Amino acid sequence: MEVSLSSYSSNTEPRIYKVAGPVVIVENLNGRMYDVVLVGHNKLMGEVIEIEGNKSIVQVYEDTELIKPDDPVENTGTPLSVELGPGLLASIYDGIQRPLPLIAEESSFIRRGVTIPALSREKKWTFVATKEVGDTVKGGDAIGYVDETANFRHHILVPPYTKGTIRDIASGEFTVTDTVCTLEDGTSLTLMQRWPVKKHRPFYDKRWPDTVLVTGQRILDTLFPLAKGGTAAIPGPFGSGKTITQQQLAKWADADVIVYIGCGERGNEMTDVLVEFPELVDPKSGSPLMDRTVLIANTSNMPVAAREASVYTGITIAEYFRDMGYDVALMADSTSRWAEAMREISSRLEELPGEEGYPAYLASRLAEFYERAGRIETLSGGEGSVTVIGAVSPQGGDFSEPVTQNTLRVTKTFWALDAKLANRRHFPAINWLKSYSLYQDQVTPTLERSYPGWVANMKRLMELLSREDELSEIVQLVGSDALPEDQQMTLEIARMVREYFLQQDAFHDVDTFCPLEKQYMMVNLLLSFSDNAYRAIELNKHVDEILDLPSRPMIARMKYERDYKAYSKKVSTQIEKDFNELFGGEKE
Amino acid sequence: MKEYKTINKIAGPLLFVEKTEPVGYKEFVTVTLSNGETKRGQVLETSKDYVIVQVFEDTQGIDKQTYVHFSGEIIQMPVSGKMLGRVLSGIGTPLDGGRKIIPEDKRNIQGEVINPYSRTRPNEFIQTGISTIDGMNTLVRGQKLPLFSGSGLPHNEIALQIARQATVTGEEESFAVVFCAIGITQEEAKQFINEFERTGALQRGVVFLNLASDPSIERIITPRMALTTAEFLAFDYGYHVLTILTDMTNYCEALLEIGAAREEVPGRRGYPGYLYTDLASIYERAGLIKGKSGSVTQLPILTMPGDDKTHPVPDLSGYITEGQIFVSRNLYRKNVYPPIDVLPSLSRLMNSGIGKGKTRADHKALSDQLYAGYAEGLDLRGLATIVGKDALTSRDQRLLSFADTFEKRFVMQGRDENRPIETTLELGWDILSTLPEDELTRIPGDMLEAYYRRETTADEGD
Ligand SMILES: Nc1ncnc2c1ncn2[C@@H]1O[C@H](COP(=O)(O)OP(=O)(O)O)[C@@H](O)[C@H]1O
Ligand SMILES: [Mg+2]
Repeated sequence: MEVSLSSYSSNTEPRIYKVAGPVVIVENLNGRMYDVVLVGHNKLMGEVIEIEGNKSIVQVYEDTELIKPDDPVENTGTPLSVELGPGLLASIYDGIQRPLPLIAEESSFIRRGVTIPALSREKKWTFVATKEVGDTVKGGDAIGYVDETANFRHHILVPPYTKGTIRDIASGEFTVTDTVCTLEDGTSLTLMQRWPVKKHRPFYDKRWPDTVLVTGQRILDTLFPLAKGGTAAIPGPFGSGKTITQQQLAKWADADVIVYIGCGERGNEMTDVLVEFPELVDPKSGSPLMDRTVLIANTSNMPVAAREASVYTGITIAEYFRDMGYDVALMADSTSRWAEAMREISSRLEELPGEEGYPAYLASRLAEFYERAGRIETLSGGEGSVTVIGAVSPQGGDFSEPVTQNTLRVTKTFWALDAKLANRRHFPAINWLKSYSLYQDQVTPTLERSYPGWVANMKRLMELLSREDELSEIVQLVGSDALPEDQQMTLEIARMVREYFLQQDAFHDVDTFCPLEKQYMMVNLLLSFSDNAYRAIELNKHVDEILDLPSRPMIARMKYERDYKAYSKKVSTQIEKDFNELFGGEKE
Repeated sequence: MKEYKTINKIAGPLLFVEKTEPVGYKEFVTVTLSNGETKRGQVLETSKDYVIVQVFEDTQGIDKQTYVHFSGEIIQMPVSGKMLGRVLSGIGTPLDGGRKIIPEDKRNIQGEVINPYSRTRPNEFIQTGISTIDGMNTLVRGQKLPLFSGSGLPHNEIALQIARQATVTGEEESFAVVFCAIGITQEEAKQFINEFERTGALQRGVVFLNLASDPSIERIITPRMALTTAEFLAFDYGYHVLTILTDMTNYCEALLEIGAAREEVPGRRGYPGYLYTDLASIYERAGLIKGKSGSVTQLPILTMPGDDKTHPVPDLSGYITEGQIFVSRNLYRKNVYPPIDVLPSLSRLMNSGIGKGKTRADHKALSDQLYAGYAEGLDLRGLATIVGKDALTSRDQRLLSFADTFEKRFVMQGRDENRPIETTLELGWDILSTLPEDELTRIPGDMLEAYYRRETTADEGD
């Protein structure tokens, strides 16, 4: 029965020493940090995350069920990399870039040890060369393009750190691995390149983000705008609207490419995107929204190590499109699950835990990730951007927990979701008193040019809302009836702003997306009603009389109007008429 | 056969076994005591120096003379269509004195991950006959929708009422119930089984029982066995399976116990850092799959320790499930049955299950308006106790009585009252019509036109 340790092989081949969940300790590996290794007889993909003496610690991206000590391990000698090239758009991948539709051809369930390349090796693309023999090129330069979809031109770039003179180049039909261009030194370039996910792709220079990322979400664009190349955090307890907000941004943000990472969240939410996006039309290009989208899905029940990788896979793809000069927006839902994956791995490594069991490097990992956002000058002198929007799921809804706090330290837009608002179905449940955007000053000058008064309007709205907050504290003590008429009016106007303007229904055909111009018109109507209302109060009219005016419910319905320009005019006329009648002859 | 007598240490449910040949992670283990008794377990950690085995039953009687047998396989359970009508223990042995179940197949109890690409989006409305659910937190086939409750509250009655009344309109289909008791009392379990027998649901059901008196460690596998059965019935036999898991809090306590025995670094409030991932491996086992006719709908029940929804168990559950139904102590004290508090409740799949062609076009707007009115009414109720009702404006007073009417007429209903969705929606309009039309800003004009009761017959301000 008893066996001595000698039953283990004693050679110096790399062998498994220990298996504890996703963490496997390997002896005699002789690898480098972050090398990808193939573990066990099934060759499960893993990554070296720590080296100690002759033992290497590997996190495995797949379930380690039935993996045994003494099983063989193979070192690929390369770090975890993604494939970048035509075919990325409209794809859905798992955390380590395996195409889920192809996996689904075998079974509805995800089996282990599957290796399918991310980009099809068979599909031929029409490559149009834009450089000629004899041209010198360097990393980041485009040598040609492929029209990947009807409206998307995929530029084929020389990989970073490569340069030379073109010896050979031709337009034609190619697969992603065919050589389309050869340099004098023999380097051959293909439509596809690889890049290690944990390293940011190089660029020439970083610039200040100064253009608003239009999202069509009123509270965001008007009050807390995000800039192209900026960063935003959306923390909120469960059910407060993180996912819907992220999906709204994925649908309507005026970016060229969307990378949507479902990180440790629900399977059905990825299915939602897969069902909806092909049906929706991108207002900018007229193509299905899916055609500008790359989905990364590591659902909550998939292996945690791959969850950790999914975020890096996503951001690397985003940087790749940025390098072509595009504006890319990346959503990660949820970064807390990513942090938890780090915690799980770290605890298996028996590392010294920091706050709430998270590893001490949590803050630096988060900072590194958001640092990969930005508006940049590309290596070839163009301009591109990656905007990063991270959902945060604080445990117990408490924003003082480590992931929220460390995220807020490095993100410049904060959209604070509020369970209280969500409970009363005020959506988006973004708390207007707690949220902020540090891009406001940079992006508003352009807005002001197109929409005169934009900045002043925004300030008035914010003042009104904070005044409401002060007044409602008084109401808590004395009741609403005890307030003077003008203060009651303030409360009513604020209510109109909240209900008619801030509330926006993601599920309503028209309301789901609100163009900037419509936002501007809505605010103007509200403020014009407000100005008149205060004047009426001064003239001793009563709040009730004002609230009964027919123009008020008309403002309420503006959000549902598709032909908003005509409607806005109608309401504006009605406001004027209503108050003229109310003032009677008293108006000067 | 790999069998060893080399237990070096026993800590809680964990055995540390030395000097083994290579043993696989998660291998199924049987432990044989000197008196011949056997217990089951699973490999939690394996290395060249030692193997950690987690025993699913209590470790009483285990000593260094005990044999540990490693099977070389992961835990699988026998499954069969003949399981319908059977009552099984928390580890799957028949408790009903019936015949041995002849397996048609063996399945890994961990389940497999459904490829998100292979999922079908749940979109069929399940009518439960309960207004607060159908009207405002609609359940959809393939959803995972837990009851968040507290000890002593009537969550079991509600779950049973749902199981009894649940129908998909216009369809007579194969419907099955899998009931999974996790550490609940004998009486509670009886309540379920008797009711299933009374209504005949047991013939189309499978019961797994891990009772309060059973070993807590067994609770790690009971829900997995239940879900493996549910998946088999759903995806191999085409049943629409409603799976009731109660009480998930007991399940989490068992995880806590193992974590403590392993001396792991705890996450929040002592629970293991992987609690989220672990719970997800249970809750995500619900849904529909392209090309398969059945479905798994989950109705887990959990009691919130101290009625605290920020406790890790409800908190992490809420992050995974597709909404939650809150059972409220406050309403219960006011004799409201079912005491469902709609405000913190949510059905994330509601929007895909309702509307024109499914329930009615006005459903969503009606629900949103009821939410808005009730929320404001409740705020005012608090305010009225401080400043008095008279200090409120007339609008506020109307909302105050709206909240009362809502609780009395919409929330409250009989234990056997099965309201068709039409009734629920009409009731909603009756109540909303106690408010002036132009205050119903959540409802588009054409719907107000169609449904608002201009000549209000509703008993205003009762
Ligand atoms: N902008 C919105 N419009 C309409 N409903 C919303 C909106 N945001 C959230 N909701 C509702 O709230 C629910 C929860 O939102 P979700 O984004 O899934 O929350 P979280 O990701 O924070 O848990 C959704 O199912 C939906 O019913
Ligand atoms: Mg979410």
